[in-house]
Amino acid sequence: MQPTNRSRRILLPVKMWFVYTTLFVALFLNYIPTGHLPAVPDFVALVLAFWCVREPLKIGIGAGFLFGLLTDIGVGAALGQHAFAYVLVAYAANELSRRVLWFTPVEQALHVLPLLFLSQVVMVIVRLMAGAEFPGWWMFFGTFVAAVLWIPLHYVLLLPQYQPMERDDNRPI
Amino acid sequence: MVGHSPPPFFKRGPAPLAKLVFFLVLSLALLVSDLKLRYLDAFRQGLSVLAYPLQMAAATPADFVRNASDYFASLVRLQIENKELKSKQLKEGERLLRLEQLEQENRHLRTLLEARERQPVKSTVAEIMYTAKDPFSRKVILDKGAQAGIEAGQAVVDDAGVVGQITRVFPMQSELTLLTDKDQAIPVMVVRSGLRAVLFGSGDGLMELRYLAANADVQPGDKIVTSGLDGVFLAGLPVATVARVERDQAQTFARIPCLPAAGVERFTHVLVLGHRESLPARPPEVEPVVGKLKGRKARSAKE
Repeated sequence: MQPTNRSRRILLPVKMWFVYTTLFVALFLNYIPTGHLPAVPDFVALVLAFWCVREPLKIGIGAGFLFGLLTDIGVGAALGQHAFAYVLVAYAANELSRRVLWFTPVEQALHVLPLLFLSQVVMVIVRLMAGAEFPGWWMFFGTFVAAVLWIPLHYVLLLPQYQPMERDDNRPI
Repeated sequence: MVGHSPPPFFKRGPAPLAKLVFFLVLSLALLVSDLKLRYLDAFRQGLSVLAYPLQMAAATPADFVRNASDYFASLVRLQIENKELKSKQLKEGERLLRLEQLEQENRHLRTLLEARERQPVKSTVAEIMYTAKDPFSRKVILDKGAQAGIEAGQAVVDDAGVVGQITRVFPMQSELTLLTDKDQAIPVMVVRSGLRAVLFGSGDGLMELRYLAANADVQPGDKIVTSGLDGVFLAGLPVATVARVERDQAQTFARIPCLPAAGVERFTHVLVLGHRESLPARPPEVEPVVGKLKGRKARSAKE
């Protein structure tokens, strides 16, 4: 039997303003001062990975760099720390997109988990080389929470594309 | 077929790998210039104007949680706190009365001695809003900024001792680096022996007296205060207490972890101290022998 790209329903084309709005919402969530609370996911990395997987032709490394810089400013991290990690995430997600989209959301989450984990590891390495203290293993818990969030995100972020532009009761989709 | 290129069906700009390398190098350059050379403060200020509205909006949930917990604080707790504060104020009041008289006396004596007048330190009360999210450092955000006259480098104390130092100032907020931040240093003195040393944050919520000889005169329980040698902190502010002293003959220096005196990791009101009176000018450097140093070297030596 021919394998089918199960996750690719026929969707409306994505609207770029919606992509950037969701990225800014994620930035807002990242800015919420949760202090050193464990298990807070990196929302920008997650949403960025999502759009880079869905729309590799429209969004990629440049957006990763920009939103990385904005995250650095907002959370008081070293300038370029998140930018470095997000550029890697965006590149890897773009490259993986052809493969990942063949899987169900749960399997997709398993693909994204190492990606997000890698971004955290990169940040730890960069900061430890600059002489910061190691914050503890708790900071990696957020990655797993983010991977779980991928599944609801898959439905929420694609919602606008499920809806037909003009309602036609005689048309099947 | 020479000279024919494939039609631009799938135009994606530069190759992804080239883009990746470009942006990675750019972020690395930013990192180095921010962490090592500290060139980017103006750039950060500029970008923070963009991020500020979002930041403010994001801080509201935290504000709400903080205010709600204040609102629902139990009556009993408030009564106990009130009683404690009253008794404390009574105790302090007597000392304050004497202090005023002593200050008067000090001023007289100083005029008699023709010494420079000690300028009164202007201080600002600020509240700790939240802990900065960066997990690699120990920083908190205060609710007063450049508009309240706060500048980078000012010392911050609470009722028990030194808390830290202002490291970045934004229009309405400022960033306070706690003493327990790794490698945050403060020149100190051991009260009992008068020994001068430098206290470093060790990163695990403690601090460490470094570069003291293995036989240095330090005991567990010793009080440590600022020595004032840096021109930033006033002399004599309590900083820490020596927790234990580990002397290892194989090592040149003793290992001396200390407990911070102030509520460094607690959320309270703090006092941002104004700049100290300006220190006397540095003595002029001896002019180098003319002829040996030329060009840029000579100029930098004069400066």
